[in-house]
Amino acid sequence: MTDSAKHALLKFTALGAIAASAALVGCGKTEEPAPAAAPAAEPAPAPKPEPLKIAFAYIGPVGDGGWTFAHDNARKALEKEFGDKIATSYVENVPEAADAERVIRDMVAQGNKLIFGTTFGYMESMLKVAQDHPEVKFEHATGYKQAENMRTYDSRTYEGAYMAGVIAGGMTKTNTLGVVGSVPIPEVLRNLNSFTLGAQSVNPKIKTRVVWVNAWFDTAKETEAAQSLINQGADVLFQNTDSSAVLQTAGKNNKMAFGWDSDMTAYSPEAHLASAVINWTPYYTQAVNEALDGSWKGGGHVWLGVKDGAIDLVSISDKVPAELKEKAEQVKAGLKDGSFVIWKGPIRNQAGKEVLKKDEVASDDFLRGIDFYVKGVEGKVPSAK
Amino acid sequence: MEPLALLVAATLNAGTVLAIAGLGLLINERAGIVNLGAEGIMLVAAIAGFATAVHSGSDLLAFAAGAAAGALLAAAFGWLVIWLNTNQYATGLALALFGVGFSAFVGLSYTQATLGQRARFVLPWLSDLPFVGVALFRQHPMVYAAMALAALIAWFLYRTRSGLVLRAVGESPESAHALGFPVRRIRLAAVCAGGALCGLAGAYLSVVYSPLWMEGMVAGKGWIALALTTFSTWRPARVLLGAYLFGGVTMLQFHLQGQGVDVSSHLLSMLPYLATIVVLVLISRNAAFIKANMPASIGKPFHPGA
Amino acid sequence: MLRLEPRPQPSRALSLLSPLLALAVTVAVGVLLFALLGKDPLRALQMFFVEPVKSLYALSELSVKATPLVLIALGLALCFRANVWNIGAEGQFVLGAIAAGWVALQAGPEPAWLGRGIVIAILVAGVLGGMLWAAIVALLRERFNANEILVSLMLVYVAILLLSYLVYGPWKDPKGYNFPQTIVFDAVTKLPRLAPRLRANVGSLIALLCVAATWVFMFRLYRGFALQVGGLAPLAARYAGFSAGGALWTSLLISGGLAGLAGAIETIGPLGQLTPHVPVGYGFAAIIVAFVGRLHPVGIVFSAVLMSMFYIGGELAQSRMGLPKALTGVFQGLLLFALLACDTLIHYRVRFGADRFAR
Repeated sequence: MTDSAKHALLKFTALGAIAASAALVGCGKTEEPAPAAAPAAEPAPAPKPEPLKIAFAYIGPVGDGGWTFAHDNARKALEKEFGDKIATSYVENVPEAADAERVIRDMVAQGNKLIFGTTFGYMESMLKVAQDHPEVKFEHATGYKQAENMRTYDSRTYEGAYMAGVIAGGMTKTNTLGVVGSVPIPEVLRNLNSFTLGAQSVNPKIKTRVVWVNAWFDTAKETEAAQSLINQGADVLFQNTDSSAVLQTAGKNNKMAFGWDSDMTAYSPEAHLASAVINWTPYYTQAVNEALDGSWKGGGHVWLGVKDGAIDLVSISDKVPAELKEKAEQVKAGLKDGSFVIWKGPIRNQAGKEVLKKDEVASDDFLRGIDFYVKGVEGKVPSAK
Repeated sequence: MEPLALLVAATLNAGTVLAIAGLGLLINERAGIVNLGAEGIMLVAAIAGFATAVHSGSDLLAFAAGAAAGALLAAAFGWLVIWLNTNQYATGLALALFGVGFSAFVGLSYTQATLGQRARFVLPWLSDLPFVGVALFRQHPMVYAAMALAALIAWFLYRTRSGLVLRAVGESPESAHALGFPVRRIRLAAVCAGGALCGLAGAYLSVVYSPLWMEGMVAGKGWIALALTTFSTWRPARVLLGAYLFGGVTMLQFHLQGQGVDVSSHLLSMLPYLATIVVLVLISRNAAFIKANMPASIGKPFHPGA
Repeated sequence: MLRLEPRPQPSRALSLLSPLLALAVTVAVGVLLFALLGKDPLRALQMFFVEPVKSLYALSELSVKATPLVLIALGLALCFRANVWNIGAEGQFVLGAIAAGWVALQAGPEPAWLGRGIVIAILVAGVLGGMLWAAIVALLRERFNANEILVSLMLVYVAILLLSYLVYGPWKDPKGYNFPQTIVFDAVTKLPRLAPRLRANVGSLIALLCVAATWVFMFRLYRGFALQVGGLAPLAARYAGFSAGGALWTSLLISGGLAGLAGAIETIGPLGQLTPHVPVGYGFAAIIVAFVGRLHPVGIVFSAVLMSMFYIGGELAQSRMGLPKALTGVFQGLLLFALLACDTLIHYRVRFGADRFAR
């Protein structure tokens, strides 16, 4: 062996030795010192039950002002509501790839009994871990595969999109609406379609232009996409991305836009029309209650909407004339009591073909697999074959 | 004509961040140093600038803060690379990695902050001119500053003695050293100046271009800027060209998407990158031209007295 | 005043001590950081250095994370030694995954004649896919002098968009509610695991084989020698008759092939399908792994393990101690800085007194 190779081997053996000895030392230590039960110190009749350990896996940072922010707000609400009956923890920025499985397995190893995975991409990983650990309950957001100890849940964000569309249709002067799309998955297609339908309900002449940034947030690209839409004549913008860049670009150009995922009024009060806000607290509270009293059952899919308090259109601006606001509130009331259905035929796709016949109500399955644009949306669906 | 004018305007705006960062990296590379940490520098400067703007309300202070942060990080990089002669590429990558994490860490409390209503810049009489008014004269001052900067750097490099010395250091530090020039100090100055410009670009991004803070918001622009300096064969005007080309094709593909062109948005999104490769190939065909322009000592360490 | 004085020959003691010194410096700064954040520094250190190696499961996860890093870094070490700056390994990784995915998609309950052998076909496809992508870089550099840094980097973005196009379009799972993903590949394509309940797979063994092969190529084969001379002293190499073009193509093809192999292993190993989330930055992290490993095959194994420990440790520190994820990047950057700085001591002595060459 050459000298340099010998050196290389020696020095890295040394490094390896350090690592190995650290491991040996570490193996001797217990992971977490078990809290002393101390029954003798307190003559309490029954020891307090161990808090239910709940863990959350987030796709983004908790400060993203959007998707993850909404989940984390609900987590904090849980802590306030249930006090020391539960103990929550989270891991943020967990990528939707091979790493997710490891993080979730570690959550199980840490004694968490209820685990929330907040993005579609965790589906296969959660399923694998669920199969290995029947004693742990798994909640997966926006997915479609279940197991005996795993169920899926989602928010009907498209209801918020529809209500925003109602306002947009009434506020536009150019009859051109712009949508900054994130990634062309059914959820986003459904949202922009619902937005268009809502606008058409008050203003049948509108056109919607869509531009895709291929990311959930990329502030510079969102800014450029929004600018491009404005340059193409859109005066009201809608987004399915997570940052406030679109709203701010609208403000810069004296146009109007909406907030998404959270209340974005503060980012550009002049441009802000309303915000579609997701609220996971009602569902999470229900899930935790079920887990605590033993009635939690896996295998199902829960899709919550305005009726369940999971999505709402808030902070409607004063720029919006009273009758238009009233209309939006009417839709909200109709969604709340079930008297109003957004996806009811006749609804045509871009090619003019009827996808829903007159008075036909779309099933949840239909909605979950949407891969077309409705009439009124310009452009080609990126995921079409 | 209006859409075309708007496209030109959007192109100039979109290319500015890349242009300023690219010019900074050009100064580095002219002195023979490759700073792969541009992405990290831009991120740290972005949060520095944003935080300053939030607390002080002044854009100018924010730009200064960004430039200072960039210069500081670059100085640390320069010390390692110039005095300790560490490998430039590895050190730059370490800086990139560090900057991504550090900026995310420092920025944790700023993700909900806003900067309020941003000023609109419209040149009084010029902006009413048909076509050119819309295309050229409704930009933030920094857009014009980028162009002026390119001219300034070109003038500095090719028309001043200091610029000549800098280029000499980049071509052959040993010869420059033999002639008595303080090679290491000159290189450090170049690295700091380059870092300051990258920092300025980062601050512009977070304070003016998309005024908010989100971790990782530079989203690869640092790497594109690095690619642009190579693309530009180390000439300032070409850095501008490359930046506007990239920004322009990006805006163009958004425009095509919005117009409903029958091509998948993914394929359209490839356009800026493919266009850059094509133009690079066209520019580089003449090998002698490349050799004539590339600073010969790029990436190589310099040992005085060795 | 401190100054640096070149040593007459590199210090053997310090080449051993340097990585340990760097680690010590990083640990010290880390402890300070953790204490400032109000977290228990010892426990944090345990997360990074002990937890990732303390059980068979942990070691298995470590191998899953380190295998692609090792493979890609090996190829990059070759490239960098030949002075070919292949920054686009991430793109080659993705193309390898795409090619492997295409072959995997052809598998069904049917192809009995290949049976489990399809795994080999998939891996070969991955290698070829990565080589193809790297070949574009080599071609443009050889024929048009196009700088390989820029071309390979731009091609990374193109590769990622190509993957998106495929999984959103032609390769989308028809029963997947239109989500962008291929079907979960048939079980016959799964990369064999090393133990039933662990995720460690034969990919790690393949990686070790490649380490040996690379070592042989670099230090025992004439071709490898020629490559490195070409990188260190191009004029001398030309004089000796070593073909610059040959070095370019050899290094890029090998590096592309290894990156593609890593992509294939990832696809039929831990992933089991193609999604837009195949690219996770291994191609870039491998650049650091290559340098920390001093561009030496054995060194790369250790540096890949160390980097993986940092990644996994960062996750654990987050979930168990509430340490922000951003710290992992800070830690890694610090380690690399410290390593680079300490490496200087191998070639230079620290002396007190005026620096004759202060300029």
